[in-house]
Amino acid sequence: MNSRTALKTCETIPLRGGGRGGKFGAKNVLVLAATVALFVWSYRGAEIELTQLFSRDSVQQIVIYIKKLIPPDFSAPVLHGALKGTIETFAISFMGTLMAVGIALSVVFFASRNLIYSGLLYEMEPKQGWKRTARMLPYLAAKSLLNVLRTIPEMVWALIFVFMVGLGSFPGVLALGVHTGGVLGKLFGEVLEDVDTQPIESLQATGATRMQILFYGILPQVLPQFVAYTLYRWEVNIRVAAVLGLVGAGGLGQRIHIAISLFLENQLLTLIIAIYILVTIVDYLSAYLRRKVI
Amino acid sequence: MNQPVPSLIHRSPKTLFPYLFTALFLLAFIDSWRRAGIEPMVLFAAKGRGNVWKFLSGMFPPDLSWNFLSLMFRPTLETIQISFLGTLIAVIIGFPLGLLGTHTLMVRGILNEAELQGVPVRRSLRYAIYFLARGVLSLFRSIPEFVWAFMFVRAVGLGPFPGVLAIGVAYGGMLGKVYSEIFEGVNDRPLEALQSLGANKLQIFFYGWFPQALPNFVSYTLYRWECAVRASAILGLVGAGGLGQQIEISMRMFNFNEVLTLLMILFLMVAGVDYLSARVRAML
Repeated sequence: MNSRTALKTCETIPLRGGGRGGKFGAKNVLVLAATVALFVWSYRGAEIELTQLFSRDSVQQIVIYIKKLIPPDFSAPVLHGALKGTIETFAISFMGTLMAVGIALSVVFFASRNLIYSGLLYEMEPKQGWKRTARMLPYLAAKSLLNVLRTIPEMVWALIFVFMVGLGSFPGVLALGVHTGGVLGKLFGEVLEDVDTQPIESLQATGATRMQILFYGILPQVLPQFVAYTLYRWEVNIRVAAVLGLVGAGGLGQRIHIAISLFLENQLLTLIIAIYILVTIVDYLSAYLRRKVI
Repeated sequence: MNQPVPSLIHRSPKTLFPYLFTALFLLAFIDSWRRAGIEPMVLFAAKGRGNVWKFLSGMFPPDLSWNFLSLMFRPTLETIQISFLGTLIAVIIGFPLGLLGTHTLMVRGILNEAELQGVPVRRSLRYAIYFLARGVLSLFRSIPEFVWAFMFVRAVGLGPFPGVLAIGVAYGGMLGKVYSEIFEGVNDRPLEALQSLGANKLQIFFYGWFPQALPNFVSYTLYRWECAVRASAILGLVGAGGLGQQIEISMRMFNFNEVLTLLMILFLMVAGVDYLSARVRAML
C-alpha cells in the first residue's frame, strides 16, 4: 500500500489533488454544478442584478458619491476629532484584546482535553469512573462557554452591551473582549492540544507533578504561539474597533456614523484616511513585535 | 572530561527592548484604561445589574413560534445569498489585482529576468502598475466592510445590494493580497523547466504557475466565504439586508427572546456553512 502510493507520487507531479482521476471526475463536475446552482439561486434571491451594478444609473450614483468625498476635510477641528477618535479606537482595541487574553487564559486550561481529563497526564487513571466524569464536566462547560462567546459576532455583543451599560467606549471594550476571548480560547486550546509530548514524558519520568509539568513542560512551548495569536487578533480587533461605533460603542465608528448620517462626506474621507493610517501602523507594530517574540 | 560543558542554550543579547516594551505597554495600558472609560463596576451597579437581568431573563424562552420563524426564513436565505454573490465579486476584483500585484509575475523572478535588464522605461512602467495594484488592494481591505456597507447604502440605497458590494470590495482586497502571496510562493523549478523547454510566458503561466496555485486559491476562497457568511449576517445592522437587520430590530424593540432565536439561527447557519466548506476543502 505504502509503496504503491509512493510510486504514484513519484510518477506524477506531486501536486495536491494530483492523480485523483482526471479533470472531469464525477466529484469535480458535482462541485461545479452545485456552485452554478448556488450562484443562480443567489442571483435571483438577492433581488439584485449584476447588470444593475454596471448600469449607467448605479455607476453614476457611485461616481457622484466619490466626487462628494473629495477633497478630504483637513480643517483643524476635524483633524483634532479624527485624532481623538483614532486614539480612542486604539484604546478600545488594546483593552479589548487584553480582556480577551484574560478570559481565554482563565478558561483555556479547562478547555483542552489533554490537560483536563485525557492523554499523557492521565494515563495512570482508570478510564471509566466518576473521577473522569467529574473532570470532563469542567471541560464541557468551558468548551461550550467559549463556543457561545465566539458564535455571537462582535457587533451583536456591542448591541447587547450598549443596552447593558449604556453608550460609550466601555461596551465596545466588553464586546471585543468577550468575542475575542472566545476566539482566542479556541485557538489557545488548539495550541495546547497540539503540544509536543516528549518534554512532558521526560518530565513525568523525573517525577514531576502535573502543575510542574504545566509550568515547565507545556507553557514554555505554547507561550510564543499564544503571543502570536494574540497579536494577530489585535490586528483584527483594531479593524472591528473602528466600526463598533456604528452601533453606539465609541471610537472612530461613532464619528463615521455621524459624518455619514449628516452627509458630511468630506469629513468621512478624513476619518477613513485615519482608519487606514491606524490599521497600517498597527499591522506593522504587530509584525515587529511578533518577530521580536518568536 | 571533567570540565563543565558550556550551555548550548542560546542567550539573547542584552538589549533595551524589554524595558522599553514594558514602559510603553504600561503607558498604553494606563492611557487606554482612561480613554476607553472602563468602569467594571457599572455592570454590577444597580442599573447595570437590572439591565443584565432584564436581558438574560428576556431571552428565555426563545421565540420559536412558527409565525416568527417563517418570517425569518427569507432573511436567512438572503444572508447566504449576499455572502455568495459578495464572495464572487470579491474573486472578480481580487484575482486580476492580485495578479498585477504579484512581485514575481510583474517585476522580478525568472519570467522577467531576461527582459527587464537595461530597459528602464519598461521596468518603471511595470513597477508603477505593481504598486498601483498593491495600493488599491490595500485601500480596499483597510476600510472595514461595515464602512463600505454604510457608504454603499448611501450610494445605492437600502437592501441586500449594498451588502453584496461591501463584501465584494472589502474581501476583494483581502483575496487579492492572499492570491498574490500564493503566487509568490509557488515552486520555481517547474517554471524554469518550462522556460528551458521554450514555453512562452502564457504557457508558463497556465502550465507551471496556475496548477500549483489553484488548490490554495480555492481553499482560501472557501475560507473567505465562511467569513463572508458571518459578515453578511451582521451587515444588516447598517441597513444592508439579511439577518442583521432583524437582530437590530428585535434588539431595539427589546424583544430579547427573538434575539436569542436569531442568534440560534445564525449559529446553525454558520455551522452548516463551515461544515459544507470543510467537506469541499477535504475533497481538493
